Amino acid sequence: MNDIPSIPKRVGAIKFGLLSPREVRKMSVTAIITADTYDDDGYPIDMGLMDLRLGVIDPGLKCKTCGSRAGECPGHFGHIDLVAPVIHVGFNKTIRKALRSICRNCSRLLLDSEKKKNFLAQLETSKEMGHLPDDIINEVFKEARKSKTCPYCSTEQLEIKFEKPSDYVEDGHKLTPTEIRDRFENIPDEDVKVIGMDPSSARPEWMILTVLPVPPVTVRPSITLESGQRSEDDLTHKLVDIIRINQRFQENRDAGAPQLIIEDLWELLQYHVTTFFDNEVSGVPPARHRSGRPLKTLTQRLKGKEGRFRGSLSGKRVNFSARTVVSPDPNLSINEVGVPYAIATQMTIPERVTSRNIGLLRMYVLRGSGVHPGANYVIREDGRRIRVSEINKEELAEKIELGWTVERQLMDGDVVLFNRQPSLHKMSIMAHLVKVLPDKTFRLNPAVCPPYNADFDGDEMNMHVLQTEESRAEASILMQVQENILSPRFGGPIIGGIHDHISGLFLLTRNENAITKNAALELLRKSDIRVLPEPSSYSEDGEPLWNGKQIFSQILPKGLYLEFPAQVCFKCDTCKKKDCEYNAYVVIEDGEMLQGTIDEQAIGAFKGKILDKIVKEFGSEAGAKFVDDFTRLAIRGVMKTGLSFGISDEDIPKTAKMQINNLLNDAEEKVKTLIEAYEAKELEALPGRTLEETIEMKIMQELGKARDQTGNIAGKQLGLENSAVIMAKSGARGSMLNLTQMAACVGQQAVRGERIRRGYAGRTLPHFDKGDLGADAHGFVKASYKSGLNPTEYFFHAIGGREGLVDTAVRTSQSGYLQRRLVNALQDLEVQYDGSVRETRGVVVQFKYGEDGIDSTKSDYSKPEAIHRIVRMVTGKEVN
Amino acid sequence: MRKFSLLDHQLIPKHEIMLEDELKSVLKQYVIEKEQLPKIKVVDPVIQEIGAQVGDVVRITRNSQTAGEAFYYRLVIA
Repeated sequence: MNDIPSIPKRVGAIKFGLLSPREVRKMSVTAIITADTYDDDGYPIDMGLMDLRLGVIDPGLKCKTCGSRAGECPGHFGHIDLVAPVIHVGFNKTIRKALRSICRNCSRLLLDSEKKKNFLAQLETSKEMGHLPDDIINEVFKEARKSKTCPYCSTEQLEIKFEKPSDYVEDGHKLTPTEIRDRFENIPDEDVKVIGMDPSSARPEWMILTVLPVPPVTVRPSITLESGQRSEDDLTHKLVDIIRINQRFQENRDAGAPQLIIEDLWELLQYHVTTFFDNEVSGVPPARHRSGRPLKTLTQRLKGKEGRFRGSLSGKRVNFSARTVVSPDPNLSINEVGVPYAIATQMTIPERVTSRNIGLLRMYVLRGSGVHPGANYVIREDGRRIRVSEINKEELAEKIELGWTVERQLMDGDVVLFNRQPSLHKMSIMAHLVKVLPDKTFRLNPAVCPPYNADFDGDEMNMHVLQTEESRAEASILMQVQENILSPRFGGPIIGGIHDHISGLFLLTRNENAITKNAALELLRKSDIRVLPEPSSYSEDGEPLWNGKQIFSQILPKGLYLEFPAQVCFKCDTCKKKDCEYNAYVVIEDGEMLQGTIDEQAIGAFKGKILDKIVKEFGSEAGAKFVDDFTRLAIRGVMKTGLSFGISDEDIPKTAKMQINNLLNDAEEKVKTLIEAYEAKELEALPGRTLEETIEMKIMQELGKARDQTGNIAGKQLGLENSAVIMAKSGARGSMLNLTQMAACVGQQAVRGERIRRGYAGRTLPHFDKGDLGADAHGFVKASYKSGLNPTEYFFHAIGGREGLVDTAVRTSQSGYLQRRLVNALQDLEVQYDGSVRETRGVVVQFKYGEDGIDSTKSDYSKPEAIHRIVRMVTGKEVN
Repeated sequence: MRKFSLLDHQLIPKHEIMLEDELKSVLKQYVIEKEQLPKIKVVDPVIQEIGAQVGDVVRITRNSQTAGEAFYYRLVIA
């Protein structure tokens, strides 16, 4: 295992320690003694903060340490000798704990040698087992703090209070960093080990700074403003403060200034060093820039979303990308994306000048960057980029020769990547072909909304323009939309008809509708059907007429055989299949739809059987063409009859309303009798439940049943001609439950699956008696949305609705984190050519992908359906 | 206390210690060393049940709806 060639060297271990003053001096190239940066000529001052030995950032200068120029020199550390020691803020917690567990006199750990030995052994075993030592060390501190007198020198121990931000007060006397450091220095090495530190790489006294490392200039580069003025980095500003105070401290102490002044200056030095490390310590006012902006010091550079880790190392920004609002356009192919002119003129694709395209590229350059298919830059053979402007475009077009590169603007047919966040699965980034369009939004076929989970209520999406030939080839072979119609999640189509596509084809194929020649041609206008089939019938005046099934058949490929029950199927006990009397069994023979109705089961995203079959049997191109065709046909189909929905569509006759009312009253009555039985202790508890749970369940059941029955009454009244019913039954949008709630009865409002019980003591609202178990007192809404809710019902509805909102918010954050952890754990696994799944070291994870080696997108939902069909077609017999 | 075999439980697939030449052919098939196999600890109840030692490789035969029988190999480690 050690000689796997793909990894040249392996990191054996990483050890963290503290920087000792000796180490700081050793790695320092110079002491920094002056707070000035540049002299009057703009040349870095020796032993200043911009000393040339610390590295160079100005072009032309050479580093005095390594001799490299700007860009090559990695930078070198310097150091500042602090006049008095100060505490490092990052270690306040450890300093506090250590201080409390050592003797104030002899500095030994306040534990007898027996205990020390015991803890050391525990640490050793935990290290061997690969566990974190944190728990044991905390135990050590806790144990040591308990001792009131030192077991070695018998000195009485005093309580040490920590006062923010970095003061340690022992019995009213403030400990100076020097005192603390002295105590730490005297801790014997053996005791240091017991508190979990390795004395060779981390002595406790190193947590108190006596010398401050000065980061190289490359870490804190100054920028030259347009006015020629230099603007220093925040870190440099902070270092200037530290040096100034350090100098003043030195002068005052040398001059024998009074103790009070010395202490003030010491505190000031502590403040500056503290804010140099972390400018957001609680209890410390943040150091500010002259403008009032808080300085961004070391901790701020690393921490948080825009910090070094999450912002710079894990997160990257890219060029050649665009973002804007998306809107629908069913006339585009699913493989296309509409790109606004404004974006197309800004984004470029580099194209090498060859003898074959030189004329074309010359034309682009001649157009300049203002007129659409133009060019924005040309790159000479030596690599110089020249912007194409109105002034130089003629001249540049003339100059272009073989070997140059022209960055031409985005045009129709270019391959781009299109993405919508959150990018949760591979279909969140797909390759589209550009179609440059007017206006300012990205346009996409609504059939590709499901994989992106996009809608058009203001969603924005990103586009990335591919810059190399290889990337374009890879993207169009692997990532193009048509290659992703089938989802590896469930092996079915994730791209497919939604909303209007489903209702459109449902309306078109449901009845034997007489379609005239004009109407038929209008329906098929955008597909490339040029010949209509034999008309199915003739009108009285001898005019030829077609039906919707025939029209739909035109976009089906020849050779397609398929049978399946539609969404509107009533799920009868024994399916009559071809003899279905509800027109709910779809039969397609040789690309001709003979009976049935097209709905969600046929063309819907996630469910569409026809779509699934076409992609699996005729290939992705045919699949894409079918989606393109049926989206266009469906839109025209739905426009032919029109589909609108309004408040009057929920109207139900008075008699039905009466029925519903009676039903609900009966249910309430039943609930009352249940409650009476419960109160009379006649109710029997269900197995495994208390009496209270039983009555709740029975009431819920009763009311649920009543709501469903009202739904059935309303459903009967509305009938299959009602737009909402059409949408619900065909699976286009909404459900019968939605309709029930609108027309008949909203039903029980629930919190965590139970009736609403929270509120006042013994009741939900003051409108009810205490202990009332009745339907209305616990959130049963008798009214329908159309009739309107009464105040208590409205309130209960708000409670139930709020739970839904909270749930979604919590669920998304939790599943997001779960996803992140899972992806991080699995990202390096790879399916090899032999079908095994291995990680980077070559260790096998699965001997066959999924233990069965099945590619879900290529299998018929893991069922041997395909074989059965082939056998049936060849032998004419069914297989079981 | 009644003694029963773990292997009789319906959720525990068949575990068996592999013979030297069987193992050799599996390693050859996947072009891997023994250490690149998935691992299982000796203290695992199933391993103790079948009495495999550190360094042995066990073959696990799982029933699969889609593949019929699926084989899995794990190296017993300390």
